[in-house]
Amino acid sequence: MKKKVLLMGKAHSGKTSMRSIIFANYLARDTMRLSPTLDVEHHHVRFLGNLVLNLWDCGGQDAFYESYFERDRETIFRSVELLIYVFDIESDNPEKDFDHFSGVLEAIEENSPDARIFVLVHKMDLVHEDERDVIFEDRQRIIQAHSRGLSLQCFATSIWDETLYKAWSEIVTNLIPNIQLLKTHLDDFCRISDADEVVLFERATFLVIAHTSQNAAQHNFDAHRFEKISNIVKQFKLSCGKTQAGFQGMEVKNSLFSAFIDAFTENTYIMVIVSDPQIETAATLINIKNAREHFEKNFARS
Amino acid sequence: MSSPLPKVLLFGPRRSGKSSIKQVLFSKMSPHETLFRLESTPTPQHLIVDTNRLSQFELIDFPGDWDEASNNPIFLGLSCFVFVLDAQDEPYDLVLSYLTNLISKATKVNPRIHVHVFINKVDGELFLSEEAKYDCRRDIVSLVQEEMETFQGLDNVNVEYYLTSIYDHSVYESFSKVVQKLVPALNTIESLLNVLVERNGMEKAFLFDVASKLYISTDSNPVDAAGYELCSDMIDVVLDVSGIYGGRHNSDSNREIDDGSKGEGEGGEQDKSVTEEEKNGYYDSESCAAIHLSNGIVLYLKEVESMLALVCLTREESFGRRGLVDYNIGVFKEAIKKMIEVAGPK
Ligand SMILES: Nc1nc2c(ncn2[C@@H]2O[C@H](COP(=O)(O)OP(=O)(O)OP(=O)(O)O)[C@@H](O)[C@H]2O)c(=O)[nH]1
Ligand SMILES: Nc1nc2c(ncn2[C@@H]2O[C@H](COP(=O)(O)OP(=O)(O)O)[C@@H](O)[C@H]2O)c(=O)[nH]1
Ligand SMILES: [Mg+2]
Ligand SMILES: [Mg+2]
Repeated sequence: MKKKVLLMGKAHSGKTSMRSIIFANYLARDTMRLSPTLDVEHHHVRFLGNLVLNLWDCGGQDAFYESYFERDRETIFRSVELLIYVFDIESDNPEKDFDHFSGVLEAIEENSPDARIFVLVHKMDLVHEDERDVIFEDRQRIIQAHSRGLSLQCFATSIWDETLYKAWSEIVTNLIPNIQLLKTHLDDFCRISDADEVVLFERATFLVIAHTSQNAAQHNFDAHRFEKISNIVKQFKLSCGKTQAGFQGMEVKNSLFSAFIDAFTENTYIMVIVSDPQIETAATLINIKNAREHFEKNFARS
Repeated sequence: MSSPLPKVLLFGPRRSGKSSIKQVLFSKMSPHETLFRLESTPTPQHLIVDTNRLSQFELIDFPGDWDEASNNPIFLGLSCFVFVLDAQDEPYDLVLSYLTNLISKATKVNPRIHVHVFINKVDGELFLSEEAKYDCRRDIVSLVQEEMETFQGLDNVNVEYYLTSIYDHSVYESFSKVVQKLVPALNTIESLLNVLVERNGMEKAFLFDVASKLYISTDSNPVDAAGYELCSDMIDVVLDVSGIYGGRHNSDSNREIDDGSKGEGEGGEQDKSVTEEEKNGYYDSESCAAIHLSNGIVLYLKEVESMLALVCLTREESFGRRGLVDYNIGVFKEAIKKMIEVAGPK
């Protein structure tokens, strides 16, 4: 199943950086060496086995926009499934950014009226922590005002923290067909194994694809925990890569919790959180094993 | 305050990365933040590093090109200093004569002083290959030796060179070696680790300070950089995951009310240690983790004492006898505990 994804925004706004970190195992600091994208770079990335994202990374220099809007208009904007538009929070010419943005939305509306639209307000690490919310709200308001009535979703992102994973998880899960069914099975598994929480990650990217919790309110966990875990484990996987050894699974505990993160189905990893001290590690491991067989059978080639 | 803490001084030219090293290692600043969060240091900055009870010291970050060392009382009672230079800022001659001057002044006060030279910023375009780094070190070593020959009595000074970058593990590994020289019971710890590794057929074992990720000691098998890096990264994983799911304030709301009474320390220093403790509350006496790799190696971490962790690399076969492994680690833990008690209250 192929899905066309357009990645657009001004030159130097961070499009190629994000794509490289999420899909090509770059470290954030490796992106400092990226050179500007010329025209459109096409990348096919496999997600969850047989979902293929056909990523169009569109170089953002003004000259390219002229051809995107004129000569190549149809080629670019036809049969788009997702549009991801990136704004650089430190842009020196916001006016112009919005001209391009409006142009892109107009072309999308014309050629792919059903495309889903995501806007990333990027490089938020450059804004002081205390001001991030306010500045993001403000930006979001301006973006909405330029949206031509199309519905779109905004995220604040930075390659230097977990916000990157949050945004891309939400974006990509939009493309997974049977996500609701997957979630139901995950709910069952969480209940049967008396876990506090179960999270499913895509194997290659470690993006969160589904999660479920019992009594989460009682725990008062960090709202950003899933994307934080994505970030933490992905970093560690990359360190393992340097030693030619693959990451297989882990178990972390202290006096209050145990976390199990393990290779699950062919295309996923699972994390199970248990805080009830009555539950033996061995029991949890057996539950994970049984669930693995069950999920392999039900979601093998969906 | 019985015996004063040993001191580690950071010297070097302006913008060589002294404050960055201090912030990255001991204040959890991320390396890229040093790009825009650090100003030039105007006066010496003191930091007490005493998160664990085995390696404690005072770190002093000096302003760049600091020259008031002339009347050198600062070298009194000093066992080492770290000189940080910027490998990307050639030529080196001025910087290196500053270094040799410092060495000459310091050795007048303490002839056995240890000098650690951090050749910093060996990253980026200029240092993509290992060879480029080694060439740089070779050049600097020979320049310093040349320069030292012009002074009298510097033949036996102990100078060690390290290639470092705040963007990778090198700065942690190098600073670990600096700190190890200050640990009084280093030999004993090392032999305890040797025994542990031998009894369990482990590949390697490190004793880490969890807060700074510096390792205090390791067994006498050679350190392989990749293995060390994984152990160090594992500490991040354990702290981060525990911070999310094992924080005390999460599961027990009564505790928060108890904590509400913490009005005791309005004073600066005490405040700091309170927040430090809160921050690290999720690393506790039952902290423990195992990471399985596809090449049959298991990384195993266990709490040893407050803010200390034993991290070992072991084969899946040996790890299978986990009861035995845990028993032997228990013995090691006891020995360390005794050592700390003998040394007395901090
Ligand atoms: N590429 C690279 N840059 C570094 C490294 N260490 C520090 N820097 C950068 O060097 C610059 C100066 O760092 P500081 O830590 O302020 O230098 P300093 O030695 O304390 O400077 P003074 O206080 O003026 O003496 C900052 O922009 C850091 O980001 C490194 O290992 N690699
Ligand atoms: N501070 C900061 N810099 C970023 C971020 N994302 C990307 N960059 C930097 O922005 C520059 C341009 O990125 P690039 O991906 O080539 O932009 P593109 O032209 O949109 O593809 C690179 O130097 C990146 O390191 C971010 O979140 N924060
Ligand atoms: Mg690009
Ligand atoms: Mg400084």
